[in-house]
Amino acid sequence: MTKNERKFLKGNEAVAHGALAAGCRCFFGYPITPQNDIPEFMSKAMVDAGGEFVQAESEVAAANMLLGAGACGIRAMTSSSSPGVSLKQEAISYMAGSEIPAVIVNMNRGGPGLGDIGPSQGDYYQSTRGGGHGDYRTLVLAPGTVQEAFDLTMLAFDLAFKYRNPVLVLGDAIIGQMKEPVAMRPAVKVSKAEGRSWRLEGKGTRKPRIIKSLFLDDGALAGQNRHLQEKYEAMRDEIMAEEFQVKDAELVVVAYGSIGRIAKTTVRKLRAKGKKVGLFRPITLFPFPDAALARLAKAGKKFLTIEHNLGQMVDDVRLAVRAHADSGFFGVYPGDMPSPEDFEEPILKALRRKK
Amino acid sequence: MSAASTKEQEVLAFERPKVMAERATHYCPGCHHGVAHRLVAELLTEMELVEKTICVTAIGCSVFLYNYLLVDSVEAPHGRAPAVATGVKRARPDNFVLTYQGDGDLASIGLAEIMHCANRGERVSVVFVNNTVYGMTGGQMAPTTLIGQKTTTCPGGRCREREGMPIKMAEIIAGLGGTVFSARAALNNVKNIRQAKKFLKTAFEVQTKGLGFGFVELLSACPTNWKMNPVKANQRIETEMIPYFPLGIYKDLSNEGGVC
Repeated sequence: MTKNERKFLKGNEAVAHGALAAGCRCFFGYPITPQNDIPEFMSKAMVDAGGEFVQAESEVAAANMLLGAGACGIRAMTSSSSPGVSLKQEAISYMAGSEIPAVIVNMNRGGPGLGDIGPSQGDYYQSTRGGGHGDYRTLVLAPGTVQEAFDLTMLAFDLAFKYRNPVLVLGDAIIGQMKEPVAMRPAVKVSKAEGRSWRLEGKGTRKPRIIKSLFLDDGALAGQNRHLQEKYEAMRDEIMAEEFQVKDAELVVVAYGSIGRIAKTTVRKLRAKGKKVGLFRPITLFPFPDAALARLAKAGKKFLTIEHNLGQMVDDVRLAVRAHADSGFFGVYPGDMPSPEDFEEPILKALRRKK
Repeated sequence: MSAASTKEQEVLAFERPKVMAERATHYCPGCHHGVAHRLVAELLTEMELVEKTICVTAIGCSVFLYNYLLVDSVEAPHGRAPAVATGVKRARPDNFVLTYQGDGDLASIGLAEIMHCANRGERVSVVFVNNTVYGMTGGQMAPTTLIGQKTTTCPGGRCREREGMPIKMAEIIAGLGGTVFSARAALNNVKNIRQAKKFLKTAFEVQTKGLGFGFVELLSACPTNWKMNPVKANQRIETEMIPYFPLGIYKDLSNEGGVC
């Protein structure tokens, strides 16, 4: 790759390129729209890079293959879309419980159930609350541009190994299917020592290692959960958000991913008309950027949360600002495709609101 | 004869393979997991695989295999051990990868995973312990429960019309394209245990030679859930299980270069 190379890529392709550049060498997938460009790219890229690609018999199996490769300390990934990600939750819970690093991409589509193949943000709860059984969290990165799809996927691998935890990249059908120029970054050289202190590679002459999530002895499971909670707290170091024209804003729109990007266009338009509005776009959905939102609330801003669902992230926004303010909510129904104009009236209405 | 010369003639015929932990197992009296563990441990030692083995432990009583077999291990969710093993083997093709699964795990919830793992010809070895019952969860009906056998979820005895026929895994696995070796042995007497070891050795060699997928089903006793003493349980294997689950090799392509 030449320096400063730019490629014109779909979001899905950017995710795949990002994973490849991050040193991903095992990909396990199962086809589902609208993310098929990822396994299609990886089926060649992994083999060319001297790694492995397996089209699994199911999403369940793909996620468990990921568990196996992750336990060996190899940078590995799976990708899917909403109904498929539901099937992966079993393994994600086990990976969180056993502290196995892995990257899972969800190009969110409409639900519930089979839903449709269009965009939605209906998987926010599932992504940020654990999704599977037990008390656990996964880091969740939400790209709002194709460039971010590339960059955040690369970052996801570093974070997965830093915390020995599954990391979710949560896009949607808009991010996955739209094309934009992407500034490519050079591939990282993964240290051969990555995970050396815990990975499985055959015991050799050392003591055997067990990677597991079963803790039956008195107090053992409590201890493991205490350790995991401390880790989730430490993940607050990774919090990221974009603030756009919030400084003098009376109303802050809170929106993430592709909806954040559409809302940004609306904010620009309203600014041109002299309206004091701004945008706050969480990039990490877990941990949630609550402290930054709390500061804005303390400074007297009003809030409107816009999501492509019926109200999920708004819970986190309300928890963050509750000492000083509330947040309004405008939801785009899954199955509907929003435009910047659709957000104008709800934003103006929220701007007129007293608090 | 002096005491000293007696000592010199002493030959150690039987010792604990070092890969087995020096601790008592948690299994019930008469359970065959201990025998199956021992066979695996002996073979890993004899075949010099201990240092490079990664074991995928599954669900049920045998999840604690990692407490007794001193090799690197990872724990798989219910039925998913063959998928986890696929991930492990793809990530570390030079390691020896083993799964150890019971009948509820492998023949029920994990049927898709085991069949596709075999069909892909993954270079892994699967030890399948069939005792015709869910052991750890308290003796419920398994896919391998025999017709007429009473369990807590078929208290009147398994009936073909209601629950279907017991699944014959060694035969099913033999029918899949990536399988190089599939066989069934029993652990109820010395002769059968010797045969089990022989089959396991071939299955392990199939992997070490990179030929494809190796599978061994082991008919085993669960005296507690069968509500029998260990002697009766061993007899049941002979009189009830073996007639329905015949012992022997169902597929062996190890001398034909495998499937790859």
